[in-house]
Amino acid sequence: MSDTLPLTGHARADRTPHSLAEWRAIGGYRAVERALQMTPLELVNLVDAANLNGRGGAGFQAAKKWRFMPPVGTSPGIGSNYLIVNGDEMEPGAFKDRFLLEAMPHQVVEGAIIAAFATHSAQAIILIRDDYRAGITAIRRAIAEAEAANLLGTNILGSGFNLHMRVHPSAGRYIVGEETALISALEGGRAIPRKRPPFPAQSGLWGRPTTVNNVETISLVPHIVANGAQWFRALSRTEEGGTKLYGVSGMVKTPQLIEAPMGSTARELIDRCGGVSGTGVLRCFQPGGGATPFLEPADLDTPMDFGHMAKAHSMLGTGALIVLDTGTCPVAVTARHIAFYARESCGWCTPCREGLPWAARILTALEDGTAKPRDIEILRMTAAEAGPRGRTFCDLMGGAMGPLASLLARFGDLVEAHLDGGCPIRRGQL
Amino acid sequence: MTARIELNGRWVDATEGRDLLSTCLENGVDVPHFCWHGALGSVGACRLCAVRVYSGPDDTMGRIEMSCMTPVRDGMRVEVEDAEAGRFRAHVIEWLMLNHPHDCAVCEEGGACHLQDMTVATGHRNRRSDAPKRTHARQDLGPFLTHEMNRCIACYRCVRFYRDYAGGHDFNVFGAHDRVWFGRAEAGALDSPFAGNLAEICPTGVFDDKPWSQHYARPWDMTETPAICTHCSVGCNITLHERAGTLRKVQNRYHGAINRFFLCDRGRFGPWFVDAPGRITAPRHNGADVTPDGALAIARQAVANGAIGIGSPRASLEANFALREMVGPDRFFAGISDAEVAQVARMLAILQSTPASIATIKDFESADAALVLGEDLTATAPRAALALRQAARGAEKALAGEKGVPDWLDQAVRVAGEGRRSPIALVTPLPDALDDAASHPLRRAPDQVAAFGFAVAAALRGEAAEPEAMAVAAALAQASAPLLVAGLGLSRAEPAEALAAIAAALGAKARIALFPPEANSFGLALLSPKGGLESALAANPAPLIVLENDLFQRADPAAVNALLSRAPLTIALDCLDTATTARAGLVLPVASMAEATGTYVNHEGRAQRSLAARRPTDSAPAAWRVLSQIGGLFANNARLDDVLARLATKIATLAGAATAAPLADAMPPVARAPESYSGRTAHDLAGRVAAGTLPQTDPDSGMGWSMEGRRGADVPPALSTGPHRPGMHSVSAAYAAQTTIGGPLKGGDPGALLLVKTETPGQALTDPSPKGDGLRWLPLHTPFSASETDHASPPLAARAPATQLLLHPDDAARLGLMAGAQALVDGQPCAARVTLDACMPRGWVGLTAPRGRSHLVTLGAAP
Repeated sequence: MSDTLPLTGHARADRTPHSLAEWRAIGGYRAVERALQMTPLELVNLVDAANLNGRGGAGFQAAKKWRFMPPVGTSPGIGSNYLIVNGDEMEPGAFKDRFLLEAMPHQVVEGAIIAAFATHSAQAIILIRDDYRAGITAIRRAIAEAEAANLLGTNILGSGFNLHMRVHPSAGRYIVGEETALISALEGGRAIPRKRPPFPAQSGLWGRPTTVNNVETISLVPHIVANGAQWFRALSRTEEGGTKLYGVSGMVKTPQLIEAPMGSTARELIDRCGGVSGTGVLRCFQPGGGATPFLEPADLDTPMDFGHMAKAHSMLGTGALIVLDTGTCPVAVTARHIAFYARESCGWCTPCREGLPWAARILTALEDGTAKPRDIEILRMTAAEAGPRGRTFCDLMGGAMGPLASLLARFGDLVEAHLDGGCPIRRGQL
Repeated sequence: MTARIELNGRWVDATEGRDLLSTCLENGVDVPHFCWHGALGSVGACRLCAVRVYSGPDDTMGRIEMSCMTPVRDGMRVEVEDAEAGRFRAHVIEWLMLNHPHDCAVCEEGGACHLQDMTVATGHRNRRSDAPKRTHARQDLGPFLTHEMNRCIACYRCVRFYRDYAGGHDFNVFGAHDRVWFGRAEAGALDSPFAGNLAEICPTGVFDDKPWSQHYARPWDMTETPAICTHCSVGCNITLHERAGTLRKVQNRYHGAINRFFLCDRGRFGPWFVDAPGRITAPRHNGADVTPDGALAIARQAVANGAIGIGSPRASLEANFALREMVGPDRFFAGISDAEVAQVARMLAILQSTPASIATIKDFESADAALVLGEDLTATAPRAALALRQAARGAEKALAGEKGVPDWLDQAVRVAGEGRRSPIALVTPLPDALDDAASHPLRRAPDQVAAFGFAVAAALRGEAAEPEAMAVAAALAQASAPLLVAGLGLSRAEPAEALAAIAAALGAKARIALFPPEANSFGLALLSPKGGLESALAANPAPLIVLENDLFQRADPAAVNALLSRAPLTIALDCLDTATTARAGLVLPVASMAEATGTYVNHEGRAQRSLAARRPTDSAPAAWRVLSQIGGLFANNARLDDVLARLATKIATLAGAATAAPLADAMPPVARAPESYSGRTAHDLAGRVAAGTLPQTDPDSGMGWSMEGRRGADVPPALSTGPHRPGMHSVSAAYAAQTTIGGPLKGGDPGALLLVKTETPGQALTDPSPKGDGLRWLPLHTPFSASETDHASPPLAARAPATQLLLHPDDAARLGLMAGAQALVDGQPCAARVTLDACMPRGWVGLTAPRGRSHLVTLGAAP
């Protein structure tokens, strides 16, 4: 396996998936063999030592999540633990999991086997949004091949470990990316988040202990097992281990997916995309997708990992870097984002269900030049009152308030300028 | 475990781990809320109940939390009036008001609307959004409910009640984000017999009571009177809303041991019979009008000749007692079959001699195993069936508890419980509405139901039995509070006998509930009638006085016809025209339950007082007064308390009935009109002036007729007119009257328990096996129609399904009947067409028919 680009280094140029034989020829599934000779606890400790932060957006330590999973027979109730791989990638700007599912399916399956073993799970479900048809096909084929080779099923490779794995094509809603809403959708219910606690490790799918990991997180696991924690940490430029799949989009010359050391800077990533397009001058960027607060050129050299982005008052999120040149209005971008989140609100709790459409209406009115000064005050109140954690049932609205709050804080004058007949950039006033 | 928390600067005792919202409400702190409900628990959807919580003395910042989702922790400090929390609550209302129409002036709910109260409570006032409001389609949901989705604030209480609590399937939430929509996939009457509760569950005007909407009066313009539902033997407590002399609405009235927060639709819409077109308004003699004095003279003459009295399980204890007083105990018969007289009396004997305790409806919910023998509970005692559904969730709550999930965290419990269900065995002849909640849905022919019960009893005694009986016995034996339920839905005595045997084997931990057919079946039985209609027929021919009873609904038509044909004169006292009044020589109008205060004895043996909601008309006084006028039983100015006092001296076992409610003269009157009632000094539609010269107090109940008098916490629960108070005008105010949310009422749950335990087990009954040709009758029941009063209620009649005739295909083939065929039943054309149903036991015919039939059914093809 590639030493510096574990996730993408072995992808074929045409991005078609490997067969099992091809995958094995480049070292595939050796990590499974090694993992099955360890104990689940040793695996958890190994991933802990590697400091693998979850790549789904929150950056929660994978090992910490796994450690909550009770060994079989030690939790109340009857039935298996579950491992769920979250492939409901819908964050605006994100397209990293799609690549991993479509081009590297055996990497996902391999990681899922190891994670299932570490979490005492006899059932693994890979949930993929329905739009990712190629990914669904690729993973299904990989599972079938792995089953035929006794890498899945009963008594895997003679280890005594049993694992049933299947793909669940999800109807696809943004909220299904939230792990408890994902579980609810998997059970056939409405995709509505659930209260935590109880956490999924206590009461997850069908009430059983459940771990939900992102596709990218899972894809990194085999490499940690194969190459060790030290190697993994050394891939990174910062304390947080590994490489990161950054997806750069927006106003860059060549938008693309880039695997780079964790902690790479926005400047490097933009440069690798051929620089800022449009006016060629950067106005601002969102480091981790639509739900992350704006950063300005001053933060171009801040390492893009979870810790540094938080310190810079933004978030790494999914590492989906959205670039705005000076010809792009951040109000318009925020309006598009908020309209998306309003549409994707599950409708369960009031602030999100009613507050987001209102905010979206105001942002659109600002762009159109029909907003009133009072409307900006309403946006400020909305961000202040619905933004903090715990105000809404889940983090969807809190996430959406990130770009809105930073828009108001960083570009207050520009926002005010919209009151005078709509977007000044579009009108050529700026 | 007790915790001490500082609530708005006051230290209070609380329960560690309980939700903070309930704790606040129980301590008199009205935290605004929508999605939380005392029976449904917490889900955290509306975000209105935000408060600031400090974890302890060292926490100086605190944080805003939703009180419904926050467990109480010892030492916690809670500030409800915190400025930031208050701002957030106001903002939540502002968000809800973005789309809620400003139609309060034309909305039924206006004036008793939880959303209005919450809006005022949070201080949101000025609308800042000028965007157009969202609109939704509405549906026709049948005769019970209106649907105006534009008013919806998406609290999800409706769908949680309808599906999660009541087990309905044909109602759901559709769509997402700010277009979520609540209703049916297509328009049509809601299936659930508990759908009417949506009118009270909905915190605003999406779902409202349709009969009320069609006979609308403002919530503050209706008098409110505590009454008892007379449509089955559960005895749910209701409030009758009246204006200008007509019924406008029926609402649930909280009783901690019985109905608590919910009614069934039969109870909610049944009382509309009191204003039905079939009300009798004037006396009739041989089909012609007669003056009241003339009618009384005819009646007095008949009584002087030695009349026979036919009592009614529909009529109050006082009316039946007055009839018994008039004709004498030896000539007092029950207007039901001899068999039912014996069966109901035997039920009472079992309840009094069993080691098991008598189950309240609330006890149903806490049962950890249950056996229902033979009864279609959803049709014959619907509120009990709703309670049994909650018992099924006990195992789920227990497992969730093991995982550290508190039972108030409703959705988390449903997940963590892994779908576990407490053992519930339903042994019925046909698929049952409760099957989806049952662990053992078992089918037995009507005559085999009791045999199964006896097999369970045998298994409990350690004897061999069939495997299913062994499994049920094991579940009951392992339970700490097993529940045993039977009734007379199959018109058979043996299921109750089997339950007695099971209860004897289980001992004192068991709880037993036996449901007689009607609201006052037990009250009538406690008056010890000499027998039923067959016995009356065996007595010497004499004038008949039939009290509030369509005999054709309760006994074999042949026996009724024989009795009526033989009597020299039949005097029928009733409020409704029925087949019996049509046959009576003298018809005397009497008050309905809306105009007559009276006592009813429910399935627990609990005597409950139902109060008159309006003055009776001069021509139709309470039945006991009419009887008193005929027989000179009581002084002209006698009150109900005088009747009860004599009852107590005559029949010691019924002495407790007098204590079902306070004496009418024990205190100043209770105001039954709200303080803001309009038109107090104006004429009502009947030309009367509320504050005019008429008596201001009902001599039978001690209730005032107007807005003057005591109200609120001063009023004992039996006389309580409604929960509302300043700031809380909706049913949500009910919590303040409860000692704990969902617990007994402050001041005690009303009613007097009459049954005392005896050692004598009494004589067991067996059911005869009719001989001869023909099919055996399997009575079919529906939740929407059980007696003549149900038939007379316009909304119930509109909802009631057509009568049914079910046959096993083999029997149909043998008889040459096809599906959909017109059949002759006992030689008469049957209203129902033949339906083939492979679930029917062979040799039986399922028929919606009046009870009391003892002979075989002969079926044939209509020519």
